[in-house]
Amino acid sequence: MPHTQHEFANRTVNSCRGFHWIPSLQHSPCGPRTNVETHEGKYSANKASEVQKRSFGSAATQIQRNPAYSELTSDDVSYFKSILGDNGVVQDEDRIAVANVDWMGKYRGASQLLLLPKSTVEVSKILSYCNTRRLAVVPQGGNTGLVGGSVPVYDEVIVSLAGMDKIISFDNINGILTCEAGCVLENLSTFVENEGFIMPLDLGAKGSCHIGGNISTNAGGLRFIRYGSLHGNVLGLEAVLADGTILDMLTTLRKDNTGYDLKHLFIGSEGSLGVVTKIAVLTPAKLPSTNVAFLSCNDYTSCQKLLLAARRNLGEILSAFEFMDNHCIDLAMRHLEGVQNPLPASQTKFYILIETTGSDESYDKTKLEGFLLRSMEDGLVADGVIAQDISQASNFWRIREGISEASVKVGAVYKYDLSIPVEKLYDIVEEMRCRLGDNAEVLGYGHLGDGNLHLNILSSKYDDNRLAQIEPFVYEWTSAQRGSISAEHGLGLMKAEKIHYSKSPEAVQLMASIKKLLDPNSILNPYKVLPQSVL
Amino acid sequence: MKILVAVKRVVDYAVKVRVKPDRTGVETANVKMSMNPFCEIAVEEALRLREAGAAAEVVAATIGPAQSADTLRTALAMGADRAVHVLHDPDPARPLLPLVVAKILRAVALQEKPGLVILGKQAIDDDCNQTGQMLAGLLQWPQGTFASKVLLDKEKQKATVEREVDGGIETICLKLPAVITTDLRLNQPRYATLPNIMKAKSKVIKKVTPEDLNVDIRSDMEVTEVNEQPKRKAGVILSSVDELLDKLKNEARVL
Repeated sequence: MPHTQHEFANRTVNSCRGFHWIPSLQHSPCGPRTNVETHEGKYSANKASEVQKRSFGSAATQIQRNPAYSELTSDDVSYFKSILGDNGVVQDEDRIAVANVDWMGKYRGASQLLLLPKSTVEVSKILSYCNTRRLAVVPQGGNTGLVGGSVPVYDEVIVSLAGMDKIISFDNINGILTCEAGCVLENLSTFVENEGFIMPLDLGAKGSCHIGGNISTNAGGLRFIRYGSLHGNVLGLEAVLADGTILDMLTTLRKDNTGYDLKHLFIGSEGSLGVVTKIAVLTPAKLPSTNVAFLSCNDYTSCQKLLLAARRNLGEILSAFEFMDNHCIDLAMRHLEGVQNPLPASQTKFYILIETTGSDESYDKTKLEGFLLRSMEDGLVADGVIAQDISQASNFWRIREGISEASVKVGAVYKYDLSIPVEKLYDIVEEMRCRLGDNAEVLGYGHLGDGNLHLNILSSKYDDNRLAQIEPFVYEWTSAQRGSISAEHGLGLMKAEKIHYSKSPEAVQLMASIKKLLDPNSILNPYKVLPQSVL
Repeated sequence: MKILVAVKRVVDYAVKVRVKPDRTGVETANVKMSMNPFCEIAVEEALRLREAGAAAEVVAATIGPAQSADTLRTALAMGADRAVHVLHDPDPARPLLPLVVAKILRAVALQEKPGLVILGKQAIDDDCNQTGQMLAGLLQWPQGTFASKVLLDKEKQKATVEREVDGGIETICLKLPAVITTDLRLNQPRYATLPNIMKAKSKVIKKVTPEDLNVDIRSDMEVTEVNEQPKRKAGVILSSVDELLDKLKNEARVL
């Protein structure tokens, strides 16, 4: 486990906890600043955020536990036991220790209590009580988030939705699934596939992540290019507000223009505005024919041209367009079991995975083959293979989906999830390689079709010096491209003070007003998403 | 020397197979079909032998409906030189059984005159594990089944085959022409690369019928019913040895 020497379950929580991974906001020397400053003339929004950044740099170094929050007492625990029963209240050290750490082993909290409500009413009672008592709360799903948003920072009470995993109903004519927030995505996939439908999203964490968490983080995933965002696919949801109010917006209607569409506030707000308890989601029809191809390209420009060509020529059957560089392939071959390199002889730097999904097997295959052969003739593709059966297709996907898993095996992973204009997407990867040299391995991969880069920097252990070389350079670079510093992972704890890189001060102020309106005591997932200074 | 490889189009290995509601057979409509995994291994082995210089040509053959041509195209995309498609529309009540398949393949082999016929050890839909053996019998050729290693000696016209048997590995020597059936550990099949897919488009697939080959495909067997396996009953936790004895005596009736 990386850096265990740095965190320990500190029970005397009033002490100031230093998390060395919260960037100390001392900016590294002139280089990156100059980079941003040259663009200042063009983007006035950045000028305002420059001012904000400087004030951060001097004031905040580490986030301290907010003394306004109460500490847990035995009376609190007794109350929870009275509403949830003994099984719903977990104080067992081992179980809590697991819930206190995130999937990457990067963030560890010091919660002493894990609650497992089994119904929306129980969630409501919990929050109502916590609001009155001013006890901070962390809603937790599958705990697979990558920005430290799902684990406590200090001693917040963990409210896990794992006990609310029922499928409520399924409309198998329209493909509308209604279920509780604690359902695991893979289980939902299996269920709807049995009915002839598929979930509109798919991600590597599907075996553990909860749909409630997916919605709270507006997860993107591998099917985004085809089925779009959860903002479009979620038809309704039920959430519990900080004061215990149950907000029932669980409609299964495709169209409903009556008033402000409040569900969108909860999609992507990472548990900071309310706890999502039930969802109604639109599931697309399962189409019988899937084809997967694994290609190698000589340079990044070819990858971009291939994307454009794919959109034009594969059109309606295109269902995934992922890219990865040769470092990712090497890593996958080194650390993943049972994977075969589809293009062992290839010396190129870039690899693309294309998936098509349609209703006619031979039509799709002909279309894909034709497209790829033309692309090869045009020089966009150096070499490639097409999967001839499901096992081969799974092998290709395993490589792409396993990069995250393989990264974690190296030791420390600095993960960045950036939305960048497609033509510049790979530039940051090469810049980071220059900056870090032999000190770290830099991987670039991601949803090229969505303009979303996953930048992974691997090292044997987490290290402040390494971090200083990476941040804030990565954020400033992205901001200068008017990109997003978090395409799909969210802000969580990791980027809680970074929103100004991608959003204007006016927007952030309005977000803060909404937060104060819905959660005046700020008990829901504190220290995360929005900067402390605006709250 | 020519190598003949027989391949079969089956429900994809990764698909969860379901029985049709009328219980006449297994659901195949809208289900992904692929080349039988053991046949893929057979094609791969034939290609490796050709690449090693032991053979000059690899011919793929299949028996099935028009869609079976897809399976032949996969073989061609892997690298086979040409293909033979014996057209036959399947009847779920009277499926083509190994003996008929072997008779057809014998006719093809007598026409093509290969030095080696390679097949998968069994198809994953019927699990018969008979076609290769029957074919060898009908042709009166030696056979090396469950091959986990094949070494061809072109000069001496011999094949040394290591076979996976229950007791371990048996090594036998066959005089060519011979029939070999492949087992899982023989090789790892290659992917169909784009250049090879492109070349495959101009490769020839010869279409014939069983009548053309003078083979009688009438079957003596008829499938009357196909059922799913009964669901496994949950186990029962007993509380005493007496209860166990009672159950063994009165329920299971084994004492």
